[in-house]
Amino acid sequence: MGAVLAAVLGASLAGCSSTGGKRAEERAKAAEAGRPAVSTPRWTFAMVTHAGDGDTFWDIVQKGAKEAAAKDNINFVYAHDDQAQQQAQFVQNAIDQKVDGIIVSLAKPEALKDVIAKAVKAGIPVVTVNSGSAQSAEYGALTHIGQDEQIAGEAVGTELSKRGRKKAVCVLHEQGNVGHEQRCAGAKKTFSGSMENLYVEGTNMPSVQAAIQAKLQADPSVDAILTLGAPFAPTAVKAKDAAASKAEVDTFDLNESVARDLKSGALGFAVDQQPYLQGYEAIDLLWLYRYNADTLGGGRPVLTGPQIVTGAEAAELEEFIKRGSR
Amino acid sequence: MSGSAGGAATVDERLAPTSVVRKLLGRPELGAVVGAVAVFVFFSFAAPSFLQASSLSTVLYSASTIGIMAVPVAMLMIGGEFDLSAGVMVTTSALVASMFSYQMTANVWVGVLVSLLVTLAIGFFNGFMLTRTKLPSFIITLGTFLMLTGLNLGFTKLISGSVSTKSIADMEGFSSARALFASQWNIGSVTLKVTILWWLALVAVATWILLRTRAGNWIFAVGGGADAARATGVPVVKTRIGLYMGVALCAWISGQHILFSFDVVQSGEGVGNEFLYIIAAVIGGCLMTGGYGSAIGSAVGAFIFGMTSNGIVYAQWNPDWFKFFLGAMLLLATLLNAWVRKRAEAK
Repeated sequence: MGAVLAAVLGASLAGCSSTGGKRAEERAKAAEAGRPAVSTPRWTFAMVTHAGDGDTFWDIVQKGAKEAAAKDNINFVYAHDDQAQQQAQFVQNAIDQKVDGIIVSLAKPEALKDVIAKAVKAGIPVVTVNSGSAQSAEYGALTHIGQDEQIAGEAVGTELSKRGRKKAVCVLHEQGNVGHEQRCAGAKKTFSGSMENLYVEGTNMPSVQAAIQAKLQADPSVDAILTLGAPFAPTAVKAKDAAASKAEVDTFDLNESVARDLKSGALGFAVDQQPYLQGYEAIDLLWLYRYNADTLGGGRPVLTGPQIVTGAEAAELEEFIKRGSR
Repeated sequence: MSGSAGGAATVDERLAPTSVVRKLLGRPELGAVVGAVAVFVFFSFAAPSFLQASSLSTVLYSASTIGIMAVPVAMLMIGGEFDLSAGVMVTTSALVASMFSYQMTANVWVGVLVSLLVTLAIGFFNGFMLTRTKLPSFIITLGTFLMLTGLNLGFTKLISGSVSTKSIADMEGFSSARALFASQWNIGSVTLKVTILWWLALVAVATWILLRTRAGNWIFAVGGGADAARATGVPVVKTRIGLYMGVALCAWISGQHILFSFDVVQSGEGVGNEFLYIIAAVIGGCLMTGGYGSAIGSAVGAFIFGMTSNGIVYAQWNPDWFKFFLGAMLLLATLLNAWVRKRAEAK
């Protein structure tokens, strides 16, 4: 037993990697270690989102919020649930705790209407992020920061037409997500070719691959696949290769493998909505409101996207993507 | 529960009086009560804002949303069966009420009643299929669960053209229905929701049925052993179908609450909640094998769930660990139950 342990330790010490890995990550962390840059009191801001468990996109939003919180001397609290009732419950929890500001994503706006009104009545400033641009002002939030899904979808449709695509498939990985429906509807609207929706089970990657593969085998004329989340793009590429299809894969959002695939040309383009900025700005906006009663946007949503990212740009962004902030 | 407490030799030992302590030790919910006290004390120290009146009312509301369903699920488990479709059935009931009212431009109460009929029919289907096919309830209700999940999405998309229903807040009957299913009273900083009353009423009714009526004896008998129960003249089929319709009735109450508190229903929700109901029932002392458990226990189990899910937020911990805590608590509570029961039986 001891010999085995020694051998493993020895091997891991001898076989050091000079690139990547934990050490590179720690170097990056040390470079961005946050200390408050302000002398305002230590306020508590709560963020409540509709993210499911282990969602990569929301990790980046959280990272942005955390780093802004470190800089603004904020105690940052985070809670999330993909069920509307539970999300409303978490906002209620934040009100009970008498936090100094609430950040909330309105994927299911009606379910949160009452509880947001309660927060506003209790004198807690509310900023909405990511989804719910249409309802934000009506519910009494200071500002909405995020991407308009319809506009983002339209940008994709335009880009696909520019690339001369004829037949596209929009892969929805969350049945029942209004924002996803809007993205596909927007893309359909501005796309010169035809587009149809394909529903897959996002929590089960092998079944996602199988579904896309089956679709491509059933319809060889498909020449563009659009996925709505970064983790699904490499899966769509795998499915495309397995089905021996010539389709171009494009995606919403970025992550490390998407950046790699953009550089290598396996992916056409990605649409980024800068999640880091959504978290970071939300905290900063609340801080500004507390400190200086400032609001941004003049009653209109502040947009963080869409940005079309292609292979050339992906190379520039790669180091930011690697450290988990793009 | 039986055993001599040292009565006189002339008295039949089964009729001998048992001490209060012994009676308490034999109750299914004892372990859960001990667990609830432990969790309460723990969060009182771990989360400063946990003990505020407003926080406790939030915890109670959270517990009631699970508890309303945990009551019939506990009864069903005492009767020896499962219902995996209970979570999505709540969503189905809300969707039916909302879409029927909207599409027919009918008074909202019409939709509410139609929804009751539809939901009861689903419950009847579960019970009927179980008694007819002799397949395990796990399989039957797993089928129902998947079918309902698909129907929820498919029908909503087909009828409303999107994945959520349209608002019915401006229709006739909405405000009176809201008063019944989703009203709340503000007493100072405390908000008491009507679901807490629904919950307590259901617990009371279920406890009365289980402990004071013939139907209650049937439920325990069917869960203890269906063949023996049938041999002694218990209507097994009727009892089982009734239990499933009980789950459906409460799913309807929960569904209407969701509809009238949020006004718009998301078609994809409810999946996974069936396990929360089962967890609440099991923490409350129900056995997976049937024949043992209580409605009060399910309420205590739901209260533990409410305290844990909100306590973690009040303590400002990372929510990533929530499921871990829930799992650990489930194991601890069930172990405690088993230990208490062994001690009680060993006397």
